[in-house]
Amino acid sequence: MAAPITPALLYLDNVTVSFDGFRALNALSLAIDHTEMRAIIGPNGAGKTTMMDVITGKTRPNEGTALFNGSHDLTYLDEAAIAELGIGRKFQTPTVFEMHSVEDNLLLALKQKRSPLATLLSRRTAQERERIDALLERVRLTHQRHRRAGELSHGQKQWLEIGMLLAQQPKLLLIDEPAAGMTDQETADTADLLRDIAKTQAVVVVEHDMTFVRDLGVKVTCLHEGSVLAEGSLDAVSANERVIEVYLGR
Amino acid sequence: MKTQTLLDRQSTVVLSLLTVAAIVVPAMNGLAAPGSALHLSDHLVPLLGKYVCFALLALSVDLIWGFCGILSLGHGAFFALGGYAMGMYLMRQIGPRGVYADPVLPDFMVFLNWKELPWFWHGFEWFPFAALMALIVPGALSFIFGWLAFRSRVTGVYLSIITQAMTFALMLAFFRNDMGFGGNNGLTDFKDILGFPLQSASTRIVLFVLSVVALACGYLLCRWVVNSKFGKVLVAVRDAESRTRFLGYRVEHYKLAVFTLSAMLAGIAGALYVPQVGIINPGEFAPANSIEVVIWVAVGGRGTLAGAILGALLVNAGKTWFTGVLPEFWLFALGGLFVFVTLFMPHGIFGAARDLGKQVSRRLASRRPPESLSQAAE
Amino acid sequence: MTTLRTIFWALVLLAGMTSVAMAGPYEDALPRFAADSYADTEAAIAAVTSSGHSLSLRVIEALRDGQLLVGAGQVVIRDISGPLVDAAKGQPSGANAGSLKPVRVNNRVRRAIEAALGNLTLLSTDPGTRLEAARAVFRSRDAAALPTLDKAIAQETSPNVRKALRTARAAILLNKADASSADRLGAVATLKERGDQEALALLSSLPSGTPSDIAEAAGKATDSIRARLALWSAVQNIWYGISLGSVLLLAAIGLAITFGTMGVINMAHGEMVMLGAYTTFVVQELIRTYAPGLFEASLFIALPLAFLVAGVTGILIERLVIRFLYGRSLETLLATWGLSLILQQAVRTLFGPTNREVGTPAWMSGALEIGGLSLTYNRIAIVVFAILVFAVLQLVLRYTSLGLHVRAVTQNRRMAGSMGIKTSRVDALAFGLGSGVAGIAGVALSQIDNVSPNLGQGYIIDSFMVVVFGGVGNLWGTLVGAMTLGIANKLLEPYAGAVLGKIVLLVGIIFFIQRRPRGLFALKGRAVEA
Repeated sequence: MAAPITPALLYLDNVTVSFDGFRALNALSLAIDHTEMRAIIGPNGAGKTTMMDVITGKTRPNEGTALFNGSHDLTYLDEAAIAELGIGRKFQTPTVFEMHSVEDNLLLALKQKRSPLATLLSRRTAQERERIDALLERVRLTHQRHRRAGELSHGQKQWLEIGMLLAQQPKLLLIDEPAAGMTDQETADTADLLRDIAKTQAVVVVEHDMTFVRDLGVKVTCLHEGSVLAEGSLDAVSANERVIEVYLGR
Repeated sequence: MKTQTLLDRQSTVVLSLLTVAAIVVPAMNGLAAPGSALHLSDHLVPLLGKYVCFALLALSVDLIWGFCGILSLGHGAFFALGGYAMGMYLMRQIGPRGVYADPVLPDFMVFLNWKELPWFWHGFEWFPFAALMALIVPGALSFIFGWLAFRSRVTGVYLSIITQAMTFALMLAFFRNDMGFGGNNGLTDFKDILGFPLQSASTRIVLFVLSVVALACGYLLCRWVVNSKFGKVLVAVRDAESRTRFLGYRVEHYKLAVFTLSAMLAGIAGALYVPQVGIINPGEFAPANSIEVVIWVAVGGRGTLAGAILGALLVNAGKTWFTGVLPEFWLFALGGLFVFVTLFMPHGIFGAARDLGKQVSRRLASRRPPESLSQAAE
Repeated sequence: MTTLRTIFWALVLLAGMTSVAMAGPYEDALPRFAADSYADTEAAIAAVTSSGHSLSLRVIEALRDGQLLVGAGQVVIRDISGPLVDAAKGQPSGANAGSLKPVRVNNRVRRAIEAALGNLTLLSTDPGTRLEAARAVFRSRDAAALPTLDKAIAQETSPNVRKALRTARAAILLNKADASSADRLGAVATLKERGDQEALALLSSLPSGTPSDIAEAAGKATDSIRARLALWSAVQNIWYGISLGSVLLLAAIGLAITFGTMGVINMAHGEMVMLGAYTTFVVQELIRTYAPGLFEASLFIALPLAFLVAGVTGILIERLVIRFLYGRSLETLLATWGLSLILQQAVRTLFGPTNREVGTPAWMSGALEIGGLSLTYNRIAIVVFAILVFAVLQLVLRYTSLGLHVRAVTQNRRMAGSMGIKTSRVDALAFGLGSGVAGIAGVALSQIDNVSPNLGQGYIIDSFMVVVFGGVGNLWGTLVGAMTLGIANKLLEPYAGAVLGKIVLLVGIIFFIQRRPRGLFALKGRAVEA
C-alpha cells in the first residue's frame, strides 16, 4: 500500500454535500489525530449530522475527500465496510436493539466475524463472556444484563450504546449528543467515561450542552452552514466574534 | 437464559403435538372402524395434509416477517413454483395413461399440437431431480430478486409491493399457454407418485405423515436459525436496521440469506401440497393468496414460529367450515380478520396469551414480598 | 337509401322534362335482360350503364332489388308501390304481371350491379352520394366507369369528392393494360398521395405484364406508403398509450395523495374506484326509471355523487382503522386489504357477482378520424377528464389551505404538527380527497371497463407502480409515471403481446426501483432520509 497521504486518523478535505441545491456541507475540512478527542458544536442545520453521515458512509459527498487512517477513502465504502475499518457511531437518539437483552446487544457489537455463515455457526466463547462482563462493568449495566434493552432508562440506553461502540473496538468513535436528556450527575459521569475512552481511541463528540463540552476540556470545532467557522479551545472559540454572531444573531 | 428455556418448552410442545398428529391421524383413518366416531374419512386426510403444507408456508413467511421485518406479499409464488416442479414430475409419471395416450408429451402439449417436450421439461421424469428443482427454482428466484431488492435497500411498503408485483407477473406468465406449463388449467390428472397411486388411502396417509415430518423439520430449522447469533442479527435488522449496519453487519446479506431460505421452505411446502390436492394452476400465484398467508401468521402471532403454524391451521379450518356453511360470508370474515388482528391483536394469539400470562404473573408477584424487585431496581 | 331514392325521383323528373325517347344503345341493350343468361345480363348492365340514359339507374336498381321483370318480349320495372313501368319508355306498362318473372342474378352479376350503381351515381347531385359512388368505383375498378368518371371530375366542385373521384380513376387506370404510360404513372402518384391500406393493396398487386417503369414507380410508392402507415400506427399506439396512461393517472392520483401524505398504501384504493363505478350504475338506473331525459347528463350527475360516496368511505376507513395504525405501515397494508375484501363482498352481495351494464351517453360514442388515426370519443373524453382532474388537484393542493396543509404534512409531518397543523385532521381529509378522486376515476372507468366487484383489484398494482415510478409527494411525478407506463405498455404490446408486455413492464419497474428506490420525482433531503 502506498504511504499514507496524511498522518491524521480522519481527514476531511473540501467535502461538499448538497440536497436539491441546499448545501448541507460546504467545502468542509477537518482533521482528527489518533487518540484525540474533539468536540463539534454549531447551531441547528450547521451540518453536524451530515458530516457524521459522510464519515460513516450513509451519505455520499458530491465533492471532496474523506480519508481514514491515511489511506482508506471513505467516500467509496459502505456503512458496514467503514464500521469494519474501525469507526463506530452513536446516534443522536439512543438506538439500541430494544427487543434484545442488554447482554445480547453487546454480543452483537463485539468485534467478531460479521458474515451470515459465521454468525449462524458461532458459539459464545469464554473469551467473549469475559469481554461482555468487562464492558457491562464499564458502562455500569452489570445488573441489567438480562433485561431487555427497551426497558432501560434513557441514560442507560445512552450508556449501552456507548458500550456497544466500545465492543466494536473502533479506532474512532463518533458520538452524537451523548448528554441529551441526562441528569447532571449522568452528564458528568458520561464526560468522565468519554475522557477515559479518549486515552486509547479517537473520539469526536457532537454536543449542544456547553457545560458538558467544558467538562470534556478538549479542542472545539464550531460549524456553521456546512463549513468550519472557528477552531480552538472552548474559550477561544466562544470569544470569536463570528461565533457569537451566529449563536446570538445579529 | 430464562428466555432460552421458554423457547425450548415451546419447541417441545410443538414437536410433541406434531408427533401425536402423525400417529393419531393415520390411526383414526386406518384402524378405527368406518362409522365410528373416531373414524377419519379418506377425504379428510389430504385436507389435513393441505393444512400442514400451509402451516409450513406460514412458517416460512414468519421467518422473514416475524424475525427480519420483511413483509413478503409474494411468497405464494415460491410455494407455487415448488408445486409446479412437483406437478411436472407427476405429469411425466402419467405417461401413456393420458387422454391422448402420448408416451412422452403431457395431454396439454398434445392438445396444443406440440411435437416435442420443451427443454425445461427434461429431467422431471426423475423424482430426485424434480425434488431438487422444487428447492432450487424458488431458491434461485428469491436469490436473484432479493439480491436486486436488498442491495438497493428497497424496504418496507415498497418491498412488499414489488414482491406482490413479482407474483402477479408470474401469474400472468403462467396463464399463457406458450409458457409450457399448461396455461389456465395448470397441471392435473396425476396418477401416481414413485409408483404409488395418488388416490389410494395409504399413499395419502404417507403423504400426510411426510408433510408433518417436513413441518417438524422446518420448525426445528427455523428455531435453530432464530436462536443462533444469526437470528439475533435478524431481529436487530428488524428493529434497527441502520444501527445494525453501523455495527458492521452487511444487512443485505442477512436479508438475502434468510429470504432465500424462506423461499426454499415455501417451495417444499408447495411440492408436498400438489400431490395431496391433485392440481396446480396459475391461480396459486394470485396476489390474494400470498396476502392470506400473511394473515395466518398475524393471527397466530408473528415472530413466534409456533404461532404461524397455529394461525395457518386455525384460519384454514375456519375457511373450510365457512365455505361449507356460509360461503358468501367467508370474505367478510376474512376481511374482518385482517382488520381485527391488526387493530386489536398486533401480536396474534401467542402475543395475547403471553400478555395474559405476564399479567397473571405480575399479580402473583405483587402478592409476594418484593425482595427480588429491590435488587432489580438497583 | 332515402337519398338514393330522392335522387332517383329527381332523375325521373329530369327524364320526364327532357323526354328523349329515341332508340339508342339503351333500348338495344334492354332485351338482353330477357335472354335469361348471366353473360347477357352482364353485358346489358354494361351497356345500360354506359348509355347515359335517364332510366339507367332505375333499371339497375330494380335489377338489384329483384324488381326487374321480363317476359313476352317486355322488360318491366315493378315500382315499390306496385304498378309496372315499361323500362324502355318509363311509362306505365300494361303487361300482365302473371307472365313476368324477375331477371335472375348470381354473384358475378351482383358485382356488376354494384359497379354499375357506383358509376351511375357518380353524377348525382348529392355530394355524399357522389362520394359513396367514387368509393364504390375505387373498389370495383370497373373500366366502364371511366367516361362517367372523367365527366364527373370535370364538373366536381367539392374538393373531397374530387379527390375520391381522382383516386377511383387512378385505381382504374393503374390496372388498365391499354392506358398510356403517363396516365398510369399519374395514377401511381395519385394513389401514393391517398396512402392508405387500400392504395397499398392496389399498388402492391399489379397485374402481370405491367411495364417495368410503372412497376418501379409503384414499388417506390408502396415503400413510401408503408413508411407512412407505420408512422400512423405508431402515432395510433401512442394515442392508445396516452389513453391507458390517463386511466392509470385517474386510478393512481388518489393513491399518490394518500401515500404521499401518510406513507401508507391503501390496498382498498381500487375498491374506491369500484364504488365510483357502481355509483354511476345506480345513478343511471335511477335516471332510467325516473327521468330518462337526463340520461345524456348521467355521468355529470354521477361525478359528485361518486366523489362523495368514495370520499366518505375513505374518511370512515381512515377514522375507524388507519388512524390507529399510524406508524405501522405494513399493518395498514394488511388492514386495508381486509377492508378491500369486505367492500368487494359487500358489493357482490348487493349487486350480484356479474358485470353490470353502464350505458354510454350518445355524445361519447363514435370516433374522430384524423388522417390515419381513429380516436374514439369515450377515450378522448377520458384523456380530457384525466387532465382536468389533474389540473384541479394541482390547484387544490396549491391554492387551498387544505392543499397547503397536505403538502406540509407530506414534506415533514413532525414539523407540520409543531406548526399547529392538525395532522390527524389533514390525514382524514387527504384520505377522503384521495378516495374521492378514486371514486371519480370509477365514473370514467365505468365507460371502458367491466363494472364488477373485481373492478378495483385490477388497478391497485398498476396504480402503485405508477406512484412508485413517479415518486412520492409530487403529482407531476404521477402524471409522468402514468403516461410513461401507459405509452410503454402500448408500444410494447405489438412486439411482445399484451400479457408479455405487461410482464416486461413489471420486471422493468422492479429494476427501476433498484436504481431509484424513491421514484423519478423523489423529494430529497434530510426530511426524507430520516
